[in-house]
Amino acid sequence: MLLSGAQIVIECLKREKVEFVFGYPGGAVLPLYDAFYADGFPHILPKHEQAAAHAADGYARTTGRTGVCVATSGPGATNLITGIATAYMDSIPLVVITGQVIVPLIGRDSFQEADTSGISTPVTKHNYLVKDVAQLARTLKEAFFIAGSGRPGPVLVDIAKDVFVAVTEFDYPETVLLRGYTPPTVGDEEAVAALARKLQAAEKPLFFVGGGVNLSDTAALMREIVDYTGVPTVTSLMGYGCVANDNPRFFGMIGMHGAYAGNLSTKATDLLIGCGVRFDDRVTGLLEDFAVQADIVHLDIDPAEINKNVVADLKIVGDLRWSLRSLLERVRETPRQEWRRRLRPWQEQLELWQKEQPLSFEPRKGYVMPQAALLELSRLADRRAVLVTDVGQHQMWAAQFFAFRQPRSFVTSGGLGTMGFGLPAAIGAQVGNPGRQVICVAGDGGFMMNCQELSTLADLNLPVKLFILNNRYLGMVAQWQRNFFGGRYACSHIPTKTDFVRLAEAMGVRGLRVTEPERLTETLREALGCAGPVLTEILIPEDEDVLPMVPAGARLDQMILGGMSR
Amino acid sequence: MKYTLAVLVEDKPGVLTHVSALISRRAFNIVSIAAGYTEEADITRITLVVDVDDQYELEQVVHQLSKLIDVVKIVVLDGTDSVHRELAMIKVACRPERRAEIINLVNVFRAHVVDVNKEAMIIELSGEETKIDALCELLGEYGVREIVRTGRIAVSRGAGAAREN
Repeated sequence: MLLSGAQIVIECLKREKVEFVFGYPGGAVLPLYDAFYADGFPHILPKHEQAAAHAADGYARTTGRTGVCVATSGPGATNLITGIATAYMDSIPLVVITGQVIVPLIGRDSFQEADTSGISTPVTKHNYLVKDVAQLARTLKEAFFIAGSGRPGPVLVDIAKDVFVAVTEFDYPETVLLRGYTPPTVGDEEAVAALARKLQAAEKPLFFVGGGVNLSDTAALMREIVDYTGVPTVTSLMGYGCVANDNPRFFGMIGMHGAYAGNLSTKATDLLIGCGVRFDDRVTGLLEDFAVQADIVHLDIDPAEINKNVVADLKIVGDLRWSLRSLLERVRETPRQEWRRRLRPWQEQLELWQKEQPLSFEPRKGYVMPQAALLELSRLADRRAVLVTDVGQHQMWAAQFFAFRQPRSFVTSGGLGTMGFGLPAAIGAQVGNPGRQVICVAGDGGFMMNCQELSTLADLNLPVKLFILNNRYLGMVAQWQRNFFGGRYACSHIPTKTDFVRLAEAMGVRGLRVTEPERLTETLREALGCAGPVLTEILIPEDEDVLPMVPAGARLDQMILGGMSR
Repeated sequence: MKYTLAVLVEDKPGVLTHVSALISRRAFNIVSIAAGYTEEADITRITLVVDVDDQYELEQVVHQLSKLIDVVKIVVLDGTDSVHRELAMIKVACRPERRAEIINLVNVFRAHVVDVNKEAMIIELSGEETKIDALCELLGEYGVREIVRTGRIAVSRGAGAAREN
């Protein structure tokens, strides 16, 4: 079958069962858009290429499928970069298609030319520049395979405009042959057996669950292991939802804004088992003192993660779908009661710490407290809701006070910490999960970075429930300035004249506002009950800190405590 | 500590970009890099000399490079069982009356004179880096105009090939 390059792209998308592309047209992709038009291929048009990348990312995080986004050459492609880097840091599978100037113009500083493959190299799992239509189908097949297999990640395919127009025989390869790429699946059974033995002998074992458990869809296995053995469990920001917050073995997030009990547990544990984690600096605090008393076991699909930040005493390289299943079988060899009996003192110790210093906050008269807003939102939300956040204080409050119940239900930019991520990612999450409640929480700073996407919400009538915690500050910046820079609020005070409610209304989204604590519940109820998209501005105090907090470079037990304990 | 790595990569466009971008992105310390065709038509062999603090860092270099899709194979060529060579060309300022002196030095080092004219000569030498360093130093007093070095290439002793083990 003879097809043009543009038609080949669409055929490939169909073969890969792509439901939607998120994209923005432009000169170099005009032939591709002409083919979208002719085919009627489902396409979501945001107002900025960056939002297309974040939306594809939000779609991928919540559905587990590879997200696809499209942009033109030059500025179109460079606008995607923040979104690609965000996905790369959190190992999210994306296939990014960009147009490039025609082959004879490459390298001549042509109009809208940028070295897209060069620019994207450090933030992609792999990338390609396609200059020959004969290579197009094979390249796209490889791109989808690489993005979605092993440790997932974004793959960029830069396609010269004349390739879209050139015609060739279409032949979609059935298989991919990449001799330099064989993602690990099954690993060393003996290593899992060694872990099981360590677990049998440990008095204070601790599971540390990360984003890898979400990405590999192994939350059910993880839950079974935790429920059977009763081993206490903590999470990274990216691991939320894998073990439900209301599980009695769950002791919250560890790290800079981790829970008191969770953070102390890392100091006391004698066996820390990291599952799909990368021991980021926000998690470990002072590296030399992280889990000093523990044997560290590291399970990951990426061998490069082992010993990168934390040196592992035992490494288990392989797919968690293999290693966790194998571990579950092995722990079942010991009766449940025996596990419980041995771990009871350790469980009680953690419960005591949790009781001593629960996550809490001090209400202030006349103010809606951000923590209270998140607690109330958590109470009123559907049990299957997806919570999307932006980046900053509200993100940490969400992590601390929202009760996560399901895997892939918390969408947040963990690794890169990209402000402006929330609203476009929520669009992608809602597109991929029609009928499911999608809640987006943002701060007033990050919201403004991509507030143009309110218009997309309205145009597509996506029923995203957006909540803006407005403190008139870049809250996290201000918190650091308050605590570590002598209260000098350099450029973090942003008492904007923008009226968020009217902004929403102007873009075709319903706007609500709550300022008094007495009206919080009814306003949240009203917002969640709306059929379409709605923005709710919640005015919160200007100077509330996210606590506990481990100052940068301190040990995890050196927390600044807060709330009722202050 | 310096280690020599044989990195076998697909001979495809963009491979060198991917390798060099990774080295820079991960802040690895590279002493030399040399690339060329091999016994297999579609494989390029890159010899990397890396300077690392410890075994963990070496492990990181190997693992991170291995993650590149176009990297087919990496072998750490340990100093004891492999042969290292570098090629250098040294242009020395040399008046006719001092030629004999320099040629003597060249012979001692088993180097070759590959070009001579009234004011200069070009000397070619292959060997381990220390040998090249030594000749360069000796030639310094005659006035070195240019030094060009390829960077190290290395191959293991015995019948085994990097692509196999």
